[in-house]
Amino acid sequence: MSGKTLYDKLWDAHLVDSRPDGTALLYIDRHIIHEVTSPQAFEGLRLAGRKLWRTDTNVATPDHNVPTDREERKGGIATIVDEVSRIQVQTLDDNCEEFGITEFKINDIGQGIVHVIGPELGVTLPGATVVCGDSHTATHGAFGCLAHGIGTSEVEHVLATQCLVTSKMKNMLVRVDGELGPGVTAKDVILAIIGKIGTAGGSGYAIEFGGSTIRSLSMEGRMTICNMAIEAGARVGLVGVDEKTIAYVKGARFAPTGETWDKAVAYWQTLTSDDDAGFDAVVELNAADIEPHVSWGTSPDMVVPISGFVPRPEDQADATRQKGYQRALDYMGLEGGIPVTDIRIDKVFIGSCTNSRIEDLRAAAAIAKGRKVADSIKKVYVVPGSWLVKQQAEDEGLDKVFIEAGMDWREPGCSMCLAMNSDVLGRGEHCASTSNRNFEGRQGPGGRTHLMSPAMAAAAAIAGHIVDVRQLA
Amino acid sequence: MKAFISHRGLVGPVDLANVDTDMIIPKQFLKSIKRSGFGPYLFDEMRYLDEGWYGKDCSTRPLNPDFALNQARYQGASVLLARENFGCGSSREHAPWALDDFGIRAIIAPSYADIFYNNCFKNGMLPIILGKAVIDTLFAEVAANPGYELAIDLPAQTITKPDGSTIAFEVDAFRKQCLLEGLDEIGLTLKEADKIRAFEAGHRQAQPWMFDAIK
Repeated sequence: MSGKTLYDKLWDAHLVDSRPDGTALLYIDRHIIHEVTSPQAFEGLRLAGRKLWRTDTNVATPDHNVPTDREERKGGIATIVDEVSRIQVQTLDDNCEEFGITEFKINDIGQGIVHVIGPELGVTLPGATVVCGDSHTATHGAFGCLAHGIGTSEVEHVLATQCLVTSKMKNMLVRVDGELGPGVTAKDVILAIIGKIGTAGGSGYAIEFGGSTIRSLSMEGRMTICNMAIEAGARVGLVGVDEKTIAYVKGARFAPTGETWDKAVAYWQTLTSDDDAGFDAVVELNAADIEPHVSWGTSPDMVVPISGFVPRPEDQADATRQKGYQRALDYMGLEGGIPVTDIRIDKVFIGSCTNSRIEDLRAAAAIAKGRKVADSIKKVYVVPGSWLVKQQAEDEGLDKVFIEAGMDWREPGCSMCLAMNSDVLGRGEHCASTSNRNFEGRQGPGGRTHLMSPAMAAAAAIAGHIVDVRQLA
Repeated sequence: MKAFISHRGLVGPVDLANVDTDMIIPKQFLKSIKRSGFGPYLFDEMRYLDEGWYGKDCSTRPLNPDFALNQARYQGASVLLARENFGCGSSREHAPWALDDFGIRAIIAPSYADIFYNNCFKNGMLPIILGKAVIDTLFAEVAANPGYELAIDLPAQTITKPDGSTIAFEVDAFRKQCLLEGLDEIGLTLKEADKIRAFEAGHRQAQPWMFDAIK
């Protein structure tokens, strides 16, 4: 008999009930709540007269709408200019107050992007089931958690029952082995993976990322990888627990201590796939083959290595793909066949739940240090993922590096990853962005996103166009 | 939740693969704290030539004539015909809310993103999966025949075409039952409260650090 995958173990440990129709009731340990996908869930509870099943599993924070401009942020909710945003953030506060949920409010030190603060505060613990009304909840899988995004109906369901009705996913192993070259980061690895398997390649699967390359990554790097599992279609991304996982969690605000800590660690150390575990699909990549990657189009699988060219639609095999590529080129204002390094950049965004942690900011600062942003660049937004990340970056003097280079050092939030606040691209503007989605209009109507690593984005800011960071380092 | 048993309606095509939920309902509309009223903003960026924002009056906005659902022949469409990986990206349930508010009752596509697919069922909307070749034929027939309607019968799991021929589709048993009866899933789960409590007691023994930590 073959052993269990990590996903199998997490599933089994949370299975309340398995039904004959193939569905299951799965117990949820941690539920993270933000302002955008929760108001209708709380309203549903009120209308049905339902209470929370447990309060001590929930943590809330506003992140999507919050301003990152220092002046607009200074006065908290009261100074949010957009009235509709202001009401939404206020509604989160009101709901948390009414239902007794722990919330980190707009300017509390614990506030930040849900997927940054969860791990940072020890809300996310290895072995937990973690859900949030946000597709990038896959991020938390970096800690050996079963973590995925849910819709608002399920937010309400979890609040009321502590469970989800779900069915088991298939297991996929994405194994990356070998040593990454200089200038090649976790972001490049995940973009290469998405480029290889496509945006629906992981649909129906929980993807475990394994191999020596993944093991060698920091927790920040592993979070970047798991974060974008959803961009390959997989709701769940996972990495097995090791010493790095445990070291990251230790001392976090909500992490166990003393004897409970020791007991927890003993359990967490079992959270890896068994050597003889069977996977339904296996994908392998060689780290040495991975260059820095950038996206050229409007889907996260429209990526090329930095030495590559924008593809020509006529070179694509089937008609649907040709049509999709042509539409993407038209939207991006690009022609097939040009080197990606010819693409000029107007704005740069360094931030998001993919790349706004301390390691990301260090990587960007290492490139920015002693250099100046190109004159042709209109603005560089550097947005830390949380107040704690911001504080640490400032302790290390990174803020000064960014400011001296001519970049804008801002307050924490989701910012221009989805542009729900006022950090928005103008029509036709090209953005070097460390975020996760290059969909049409994602960063602003008519905006053109190029996904890349923090170091590559900083390099693009310096060069004024997409550039191979290895030429600057 | 409203029930879905059967539906006959005009088919409207969106002939594009990987339609993401940002396309279905752009982020500026997610600021609403309501569940309704998103219909006028469905596919906002593809549908209108100007920029939309939440609360904008859509009755006088310039329509993009190239967007199929704007054409006279597709007015009143309630069955959406789409391409692979429909609904990818963000988990926003505003996407099925917007489709529902627009009048869409069922979607037919070769594949869906997982979260979107799941969200549809929570809103009394039926996402049907058919093979790529069948979908290609449907796109061709819709284009060739104005007023093309399909009749969907969930109990029988069939779609009947205008010529009377039928196409069978799969749907899992639990989701089918919930749609047919318009079941309140939370109410159903709460009927199993004893099982949840029993599990919880064991879980607290095994992983006490997961309890009472966040206060």
